[in-house]
Amino acid sequence: MGSGVHGMEGGGVEESLAELRQTFRSGKTRTASWRKSQLKALLRLIHENEDKIFEALKHDLGKHAVEAYRDELGVVEKSANNSLSCLDEWMAPKKSKLPWLFFPASAQVLPEPLGLVLILSSWNFPISMALDPVIGAISAGNSVVLKPSEQAPACSYLLAHTIPLYLDSKAIKVIEGGKEISQQLLEQKWDKIFFTGSSSVARIVMSAAAKHLTPVTLELGGKCPVIYDHLSSPSDTEVAVKRIVGGKWGPCNGQACIGVDYVLVEEKYASQMIEMLKKTIKKFYGENPKQLQNISRIVNEHHFQRLRNLIKDPLVADSIVHGGSIDEENLFIEPTILLDPPLDADIMTEEIFGPLLPIITLKNIEESIEFINSRPKPLALYAFTKNEAFKRRILSETSSGSVTFNDIMVQFLCDTLPFGGVGQSGFGSYHGKYSFDNFSHEKAVLQRYFILELEPRFPPWNDFKLNFIRLAYKFDYLGLMLLLLGLRRD
Amino acid sequence: MGTLSVNLLHICSVDSGYTRSFRNQFPKKRNLLLPIPVLNKQKRLQFAHSSFVCSAALAVMTDEEKKVFDIESAASLVKELRGSFNSGKTKSYEWRITQLKGIGKMIDEREKEILEALRKDLSKPEVEAFMSEISMTKGACKLALKELSHWMKPEKAKTSIATYPSTAEIVSEPLGVVLVISPWNFPFLLSVDPVIGAIAAGNAVVLKPSEIAPATSNLLSKLLEEYLDNSSIRVVEGAVPETTALLEQKWDKIFYTGTIRCIHLSCKEATIVVKLSRCFSTFRSPRVGRIIMAAAAKHLTPITLELGGKCPAVVDSNVNLKVAVRRIIAGKWACNAGQACVAPDYIITTKDFAPKLIDVMRHELEEFFGKNPMESEDMSRIVSVQRFKLLTKLLDEDNVADKIIIGGQRDENRLKIAPTILLDVPEDTEIMREEIFGPLLPIITVEKLEESFDVINSKPKPLAAYLFSENKQLHKDFVNNISAGGMLINDTILHLTVSSLPFGGVGESGTGSYHGKFSFDTFSHKKAVLYRGFAGESPARYPPYTLGKLKLLKTLNSGNILSILLALLGFSKD
Repeated sequence: MGSGVHGMEGGGVEESLAELRQTFRSGKTRTASWRKSQLKALLRLIHENEDKIFEALKHDLGKHAVEAYRDELGVVEKSANNSLSCLDEWMAPKKSKLPWLFFPASAQVLPEPLGLVLILSSWNFPISMALDPVIGAISAGNSVVLKPSEQAPACSYLLAHTIPLYLDSKAIKVIEGGKEISQQLLEQKWDKIFFTGSSSVARIVMSAAAKHLTPVTLELGGKCPVIYDHLSSPSDTEVAVKRIVGGKWGPCNGQACIGVDYVLVEEKYASQMIEMLKKTIKKFYGENPKQLQNISRIVNEHHFQRLRNLIKDPLVADSIVHGGSIDEENLFIEPTILLDPPLDADIMTEEIFGPLLPIITLKNIEESIEFINSRPKPLALYAFTKNEAFKRRILSETSSGSVTFNDIMVQFLCDTLPFGGVGQSGFGSYHGKYSFDNFSHEKAVLQRYFILELEPRFPPWNDFKLNFIRLAYKFDYLGLMLLLLGLRRD
Repeated sequence: MGTLSVNLLHICSVDSGYTRSFRNQFPKKRNLLLPIPVLNKQKRLQFAHSSFVCSAALAVMTDEEKKVFDIESAASLVKELRGSFNSGKTKSYEWRITQLKGIGKMIDEREKEILEALRKDLSKPEVEAFMSEISMTKGACKLALKELSHWMKPEKAKTSIATYPSTAEIVSEPLGVVLVISPWNFPFLLSVDPVIGAIAAGNAVVLKPSEIAPATSNLLSKLLEEYLDNSSIRVVEGAVPETTALLEQKWDKIFYTGTIRCIHLSCKEATIVVKLSRCFSTFRSPRVGRIIMAAAAKHLTPITLELGGKCPAVVDSNVNLKVAVRRIIAGKWACNAGQACVAPDYIITTKDFAPKLIDVMRHELEEFFGKNPMESEDMSRIVSVQRFKLLTKLLDEDNVADKIIIGGQRDENRLKIAPTILLDVPEDTEIMREEIFGPLLPIITVEKLEESFDVINSKPKPLAAYLFSENKQLHKDFVNNISAGGMLINDTILHLTVSSLPFGGVGESGTGSYHGKFSFDTFSHKKAVLYRGFAGESPARYPPYTLGKLKLLKTLNSGNILSILLALLGFSKD
């Protein structure tokens, strides 16, 4: 059982946190050796429990092992390996430049851990969205509480029961539970809260954080659009459609914050595109929608009903051009394509987060910029185009967490790119060095010596001092020399 | 602090039925906030006239009634600025440069007026005002002008084999319409410096200067209107009701600089307190940072909070004492009379060394401010009657009053307090629990200097921590064991003039940082951009899933080129 305690009482939480704070204060989590040993232990956890993790993901979301490896285990492994190989470099203080006037002095920016951090993870990638931020928090030398989503109970249980066996449970704890435990946790004082989830819960998290002035990172979602420009080469079109299908129904059957929400396409190319989408869906997932093997199910009854309601509206139901069959018993919804559903329907005003794909037709593909700008800023924007001028317009005229040209979701795999939102899609970013920075405070350190004193810094004030300061701020060294020699007149 | 909150609650409960609009009484009450000696009647009228009006709206609004800046006015202001931002004009390099040049020009041409306003608000000596406000702002502006093209350039990022072939970059884009709320202690610098960052990053900006420095607030509103593009940059003057109206709006960023206490100064008016407590009833003590963050939470707005804290200065016995003491005095009293968020709040030294330190302090203080510091022109005054009362209350507490060893003189009429040093004040007194933010400096003594770490770590994390010592090992231990926004060894305050260092707090001293490129980053979103071609398609990404694909993915993830080649050729090792 270790420390991953279920349904902990209020006192239990406080005791756990006291222990974690004590550990942080002891300085142990700050050492490079501790951080590395924890990262290595995490890698061992993944390797030794691979089958159990696959099983838990199958149980919570019906995820296929290949999908689970690609989107969860692989992500965690890559991230931990990257941290391990870069940690020394990240931890090293960065020298800062100083003007001559400060001579003799030296300046540096030193990353230091924030303290005790809380990570609230989501259910859609219950392993990677939990462990990827944990890797960042450990790399930066913090002590950590992870609260996995109760909506993926098998994964939550697994994390709570395996993490104490591998990681230092005096510094890293998993606390399981639902709303009540979350509320209890949010009442405590943290040095950072890292939240992945919906914007409505994010408001609660940030309001709670305000009480203790705790910095927060909010990883939210939004309606991530695909701009599908006409591609003249048939092979490019084929690749583009494959990537859209793979990016929509691949990762957790559309239940992904950077998954495709809708596609914008020119009217005249819509039908051709839809035909190709249908063909690719069949190729990937098979003919019989009742027996699809390679696709996740809807996480739970609540979300199933939510998605079902999105397509209940007769005007929306009428716009379905492919799929639409649902299987309530198995919480399964077939890959579904809709052509031009009403723009004021819920399906076009709310984040879909499921296997429904509206195709919105435009007269001219360049109108997509206005279409996107009239909606909240998405976490990701995708555009398939070979038109360089259009690419530049998209980049400079729209705003989103990230932009990916000619592919879907792969930006998530780049450790060199910050991953995070803007506006309604959240703030703060992570991955690679950005994860380390996210859980660090960049402490500015300036070192001065006692020789060489600039007397004009000090009162009593006079005109000479004012002149001196004027020149000093301009870094006008010649002027300063002249002033000091009494040769300068103003 | 405790007593203050009680006081506020008391006002709330007694006057909760007090519903008269502050529309009529506000100008009158406002004058209570103004230090009496600096304002003649004419000036007072002028403030009453313009104090709560959005500067740009001034021209069209003549009716007294309309001048109240309420939620509707705030909403229409934000809407207008959003229109400008959406037009894309603030994004252009040219617009940003023009505005930054406008700020430079404004400072050059109106230096006298700015110095005059600072003198009115705080009796800031000219040299001090020039050094800490004018020059710093000008420096920030010049740096932004010089570096902007570099800052705006997309940053190339490496890509991995997982996305081969591809290129990646990080593009800095403006956040949108941002709100800057500034404090009264460096009312010019701390207003314009963040605005420079916001403009450099291409945002539309609303600045709300502090009403507690009314002359500077008024001047800023006038000058920014005159020198900058009013379709995208505005000043809203006012106090709690105006701030509340602004905070109701949806911003793309809120940048707040303030001290923990400043709200109390304007909270006197019962209606405002009632309103405030209604808006933010979950807070027992209305600490502004919390209020701002809670308001931001409603719209998921990112915030930067530049707060303060009790900044310690640890003094070792092996230092060049004269130099050390002069640097401490420069950072404490010659910098707005201690009313600075990075001013040394208290000193820790050894028991044996304290008497020596105090002797030199006494001597150097006299050098700086003369035999009678109350008559010195070289030190700022306390900003307001309320602040004056708070500070004297700290001094008059039992167990504190008898610890004064230097100074202690005060003059309420001129809002002056002499440089005051206290020795061995008990830890459980108000002066050792709260940020002092004034010309009082307690000295805490310890047996061994290493014990100072425990003293500092037992308090919330400060914005700055100072150490004076020649001991290299102590430097190292101090840097590694103390958490603070920034650190300066063997000097005070100077670190914030270094534009290559981020300036910002940690923990209770705030979140987010600025100065130089960090200002630009604070007001930018770092957009990740990945360019892919159509080649390099790996079938392993797509269903139907097979065990072979799982193996291939694992090998790809290992990053081992040889294994990848083998796997692709079908010769996997396992």
